[in-house]
Amino acid sequence: MADTTHGGPASGTRRDFMNLLVNSVAVFGAAAVAWPIISSLNPSQDVLALASTEVDLSQIEAGQSITVKWRGKPVFIRHRTPEEIKTAEGVDISSLRDPQPDGDRVEKPEWLIVVGVCTHLGCVPQGQKPSEPRGQFGGWFCPCHGSEYDTSGRIRRGPAPTNLEVPQYTFESDTLVKIG
Amino acid sequence: MSKGRILLGLTTIIVGLAAVAMVAANPVHHATVHSQSWSFTGFFGHFDHAQLRRGHQVYKDVCAGCHSMSLLAYRDLQDIGFTEDEVQALAAEVQVEDGPDDTGAMFERPGRASDRFKEPFPNEQAARAANNGAYPPDLSLIAKSRAGAGFLGYEGADYIHSLMVGYEEPPANVTLPEGMYYNHAFKGHQIAMPPPLSEDGVTYADGTQATLDQQAKDISAFLTWAAEGNLDERHRTGIKAVLFLVIFTLLAYAVKRRVWADVH
Amino acid sequence: MAAPVFKNPVIRWIDHRLPVFSYLHHEAYEYPTPKNLNYWWNFGSLAGVMLVVMIVTGLILAMQYTPHVDYAFNSVERIMRDVNWGWLLRYLHMNGASMFFIVVYIHIFRGLYFGSYKAPRELLWQIGVLIYLLMMATAFMGYVLPWGQMSFWGATVITNLFSAIPVIGDEIVTLLWGGFSVENPTLNRLFVLHFLLPFVILGAVVVHIIALHRFGSNNPLGIDTKGPQDTLPFHPYYTMKDMFGLGVFLLFYAFWVFWAPNALGDPVNYELANPLSTPEHIVPEWYYLPFYAILRSIPDKLLGVIAMGASIIILFFLPWLDRSPVRSGTFRPVFKWFFWILVFDCVILMFCGKYAPEAYWMPFSLEIVDADTFTARVAEVRGIAHDEALTAVGDMWGVNAAAGTFGIKIVRLGQLGTLYYFAYFLVVLPLLSIFERPRQVPLSISKPVLGGGQSVAHATAKSMEKA
Repeated sequence: MADTTHGGPASGTRRDFMNLLVNSVAVFGAAAVAWPIISSLNPSQDVLALASTEVDLSQIEAGQSITVKWRGKPVFIRHRTPEEIKTAEGVDISSLRDPQPDGDRVEKPEWLIVVGVCTHLGCVPQGQKPSEPRGQFGGWFCPCHGSEYDTSGRIRRGPAPTNLEVPQYTFESDTLVKIG
Repeated sequence: MSKGRILLGLTTIIVGLAAVAMVAANPVHHATVHSQSWSFTGFFGHFDHAQLRRGHQVYKDVCAGCHSMSLLAYRDLQDIGFTEDEVQALAAEVQVEDGPDDTGAMFERPGRASDRFKEPFPNEQAARAANNGAYPPDLSLIAKSRAGAGFLGYEGADYIHSLMVGYEEPPANVTLPEGMYYNHAFKGHQIAMPPPLSEDGVTYADGTQATLDQQAKDISAFLTWAAEGNLDERHRTGIKAVLFLVIFTLLAYAVKRRVWADVH
Repeated sequence: MAAPVFKNPVIRWIDHRLPVFSYLHHEAYEYPTPKNLNYWWNFGSLAGVMLVVMIVTGLILAMQYTPHVDYAFNSVERIMRDVNWGWLLRYLHMNGASMFFIVVYIHIFRGLYFGSYKAPRELLWQIGVLIYLLMMATAFMGYVLPWGQMSFWGATVITNLFSAIPVIGDEIVTLLWGGFSVENPTLNRLFVLHFLLPFVILGAVVVHIIALHRFGSNNPLGIDTKGPQDTLPFHPYYTMKDMFGLGVFLLFYAFWVFWAPNALGDPVNYELANPLSTPEHIVPEWYYLPFYAILRSIPDKLLGVIAMGASIIILFFLPWLDRSPVRSGTFRPVFKWFFWILVFDCVILMFCGKYAPEAYWMPFSLEIVDADTFTARVAEVRGIAHDEALTAVGDMWGVNAAAGTFGIKIVRLGQLGTLYYFAYFLVVLPLLSIFERPRQVPLSISKPVLGGGQSVAHATAKSMEKA
């Protein structure tokens, strides 16, 4: 195509090769420029530096839940009662959509810490307050599309594909947890 | 256009640029800034991390009493070779106001790596009140805002260094007002800041002899890093970009020559 | 010119219904371009590249910027310090403005030298001047956004230009500010307009190109193309030439971005805006300096503003001020000299805009004149003693005996520069159109040999009338 009435037919392949080369280099350059542009849209250093939150658990009674903000999202911390722990541990794993034993989802059985964002489309499920619906499995109920989670935060019914996410956290002491 | 005319055009521009250097400056208040050699200038220039850590020590022990550095966070110090633990320890040396807590009250807690450098005064009024009416400027960008203007202007570090070592006895015909000091690097030569550095005023952790000149150089380098922390990365990226562009340009020239070879 | 046949069936399907590909092929591929264009013709496409660079980097920066007086400065610093590659994007944008203006200035002066504004390209030229005006407005608004000292005081001074308008001036300024000084509402509206105007420029550039392709590019000989023997298809000839030019230009751009990113800006803008204290020397960015010098040359506020505006408006009338039938300066022996004096004049004006009007430019050694005679003359004119005259600085001339130099007051130099600037357009070009005898112009691009004895200038003029 490059050869027109003005371009002679001579040295065609060599010219094609050179064209290919210079075009490849140009494309490489464009890609190299695209990288910083795309990368700039990722979380910045100050955002990353604020990625952890410390929470004092001493005031939370058994059966109570609190919501804390971590990376702009709600994190549910539930002080589970012995019955809730028992129910969560008693579930037949093979019947679950996203099979995971309760023990893998908690550090200490009485403290369940999950990200309070429905894995379907990102709504915040209800069930933190006693007055709110918790669904049939005693965990959380998402009002958007009816996903129901159990007392281990696992998906049991509804459209959500996976269990509520467990954030990375460590117990600094018996009553102080650092999320992130 | 012929080569002669291109030459004429270039001469025009060069004469114009050279003229810039010849404007009569007001000699009375002329600040004298002496250029130093810095590790971070030039095409391959980069910061000397040991020097920056010494400079940080000078800032922390001397400047931080009056000057804020509000744009920097403790975590930034990891860039000059402090480990994460050292940064956390440095941050924890200060108490930071946080809150409100569950009762609505503000409380103090040890600083964290993500906190900004603690400011010595709560606001400008407090700073002025404590400093005889003068406001110690924030130092985050001082190396950029005090640099000489233009392509041939001196580095901000040159100015800071000159200021640090520029204190002297006032000439006989100058009477200084109360609380002012004579400094030949400062515009107007009268500065409200008392001489901040003295021989062996700090004891360097790395054992370097803390002469006044050494401290002045270290704090100047540190403040340059504070204003322009991306300089190392900028120079590295620049070298890669130029290497790429040289290859691209030569190739494009070769192709252009080839394409145009049959045009008469 | 026949419609191209595309091999790809999808492209063929689309092109049959929406002939974008035919259009692109026609305008960017086979577009017949004079074959004698020199490298000065690279700067149009470079300006296009710079517009794209500015829009892309600007878009990304706008995603991180906060247009509020309390946050603007720090949000820019956050971009520099915390946003991934933020420093690169910001330096590309900041220096990109200067690069854009360098490219556009060369593009404009190329047009001035080779007569690209002459018939039938008057509208093309005028759209170009409009783009330039839009660029000036956009760059000014962008400069305000970091909310540094020079941002704030630049905004204050420039908006105050409107107060020179009689009767309603102050009301207009209040309206522009949305308050009684440059404040948060001002910053907000400038941000919105800074975001909008580049897209207006983009639209104007499309119109510029449509107008360009109506008669095709002018060329260094300034004569019309007479047929296929005078032209080359745009691709690959000029695409490849532009690629090479782009590489050289990007190297220049990279130098500033990576090694001198703040050299073209004012250091004072790294201080937060302080409405209570003006920096002692307010200077606009380099690309406004000639106009700033023109503004300051006229001691009257309203007339100064009018002169500054007129210095650009005058360009709209250029096609009718220069009536010479020969386009290219190459064949205009007298014009050439005045043109290069204009270039030099603009450099001088730029220099005058940079320095305080009451400063003196003293480049001349007292050795080149008889110092005694000169001093005696100064003493005589100003009615002062000889000794006094040795260090005298006056309304026009200054002498610095200590340095052994003498020179001129900046504001006076600026006035001389302003005078020449307007004289070039209003006096020199109209007179040259009448009195200059152009050299013989070649008959065609492909035959640069002169025709035997025939007055070719005359022939060209005729062919232009036809166009």
